[in-house]
Amino acid sequence: MTVLLEIEGLGISFGGLRAVNDVSFRVNPGEIVSVIGPNGAGKTTLFNMISGIYKPGAGRVRLMGEDVTGISPHLLARRGMSRTFQNLQIFQSMTVLENAVAGYHLQESGSVLADLLGLPASRRRAAAAREGARQLLERVDLARAAEMEAGSLSYGALKRLEIARALALNPKVLLLDEPAAGCNAVETEEIDHLIAEVAASGVAILLVEHDMKMVMRISRHIVVLDHGEKIAEGDPATVSRNPKVIEAYLGTQAEDAHAHG
Amino acid sequence: MPELMQFLLSGVTVGAVYALVALGFTIIYNASDVVNFAQGEFVMLGGMVTVFAHHAGLPLPLAALIAILSTAGIGVALNKLAIEPARGAPVVSLIIITIGASIFIRGVTQLVFDKQLHRFPAFSGDEPIRVLGATILPQSLWVIAGAVAVFVGLWLFFTRTLIGRAVLATSNNRLAARLVGINTGWVMTLSFALSAGIGALAGVLVTPITLVSYDVGIALALKGFAAAMLGGMGNPKGALVGGILLGLLEALTAGYVSSQYKDAAAFVVILAVLFAMPQGLFGKKSTDRV
Repeated sequence: MTVLLEIEGLGISFGGLRAVNDVSFRVNPGEIVSVIGPNGAGKTTLFNMISGIYKPGAGRVRLMGEDVTGISPHLLARRGMSRTFQNLQIFQSMTVLENAVAGYHLQESGSVLADLLGLPASRRRAAAAREGARQLLERVDLARAAEMEAGSLSYGALKRLEIARALALNPKVLLLDEPAAGCNAVETEEIDHLIAEVAASGVAILLVEHDMKMVMRISRHIVVLDHGEKIAEGDPATVSRNPKVIEAYLGTQAEDAHAHG
Repeated sequence: MPELMQFLLSGVTVGAVYALVALGFTIIYNASDVVNFAQGEFVMLGGMVTVFAHHAGLPLPLAALIAILSTAGIGVALNKLAIEPARGAPVVSLIIITIGASIFIRGVTQLVFDKQLHRFPAFSGDEPIRVLGATILPQSLWVIAGAVAVFVGLWLFFTRTLIGRAVLATSNNRLAARLVGINTGWVMTLSFALSAGIGALAGVLVTPITLVSYDVGIALALKGFAAAMLGGMGNPKGALVGGILLGLLEALTAGYVSSQYKDAAAFVVILAVLFAMPQGLFGKKSTDRV
């Protein structure tokens, strides 16, 4: 099996602060890999380096064997990487449907002249994008909100809209930054299923998530970060038994227990 | 009655020029939220370059084409050399940069060309056409047709074409646009080229009527900006309607009150409209959420 996404020795510093240091792991097709760690462990920073928002200070990112370190997000999108944001990046004043249609931007490319003249080919492309977008909205349970302005949706609904838009790019690698944040139990379960379904179709998924139950349920492999360093990795059962991981999450308590014991 | 007709005709002509300037504002604003105060300089360059290329012996259409293309090039250079390096700066800083660019372009034009007033012959002669007892210059019809053509072209561009929608997506959320594969750098380049080209076209069309010199841009930028605000910044329809309304207001004030008050009257009306409708006549309510 070919590795879809390979992270090797990735690191970055802001001023004197080493936010992420020497992190390596791989994601295979159809695999769900989760990155976990306490707040401030560097998870989102790691995501931003992988997806081209930040230029890494050290290390390489390989997408399907090709070095894509530090190339800009729109080029990564063209090469099959798609992502969502913890704090949402939505086209606020467009409708929900238009947001999803925007995800088809790359597949829709045609000539300006054909578009202006409304030639059949360009009409077909536009219709196909709308149809695809509608189906995706159906999948994330937003079909009824299609004509609403995106800015008026609830946080949980916007999360799902962002996932739909990311899927519209037909990605090979999908990075999800806290997809279940702000969602209730039912919505979380829906997102669970959606992620599993997408992975089953062969997409490599990299996930940052705080909902541990969800992480343990759906991840094949877990990478644990603390203070910007990878302190453990493995399958959910192994990771959850790892003393370093327990210490990172419950550090002060363990130390307290030791001191008093 | 013929008097009113005369005022209306001249108002629409002036308004069409304002509309063209306002449309130029619209494009760059849509792509970047920046109000480009060098827009008036693009108009001036369109006129000046055409004048000097024509004097150098080139036929007028070719001179005009060269003026439009070279101004578009200057627009791209403005983006690459002044706006892009300041990426990440607040929009207000970018706007101030465009004011600096406007002063710079004016200064260079003064050195490269001169400080005289210039004109070139009207496209279809100077014989006024009689309409309902009033007269209109054939060149005015060119100006009005130019504004309408640019409006229709832009409207189709923004609603129908993928790249047009990419421009709108970029203005809405630059990061999200990049995530769906839009090359936002290219969108910016294109917007400045298009905007500068449209400004230059306005300069080419209007020079036979109003003449051109290195400093005609300031007043045009101010009026075009007022027109764009009146119609609703960012909306091509607003730019067209705002421009024509502003032109009519000026012409009617000049005709029935006094030409000394025409600017004041226009701005008073704009202020009144913006008091009641801060987003302009066609502006969308902003729905930013934090």
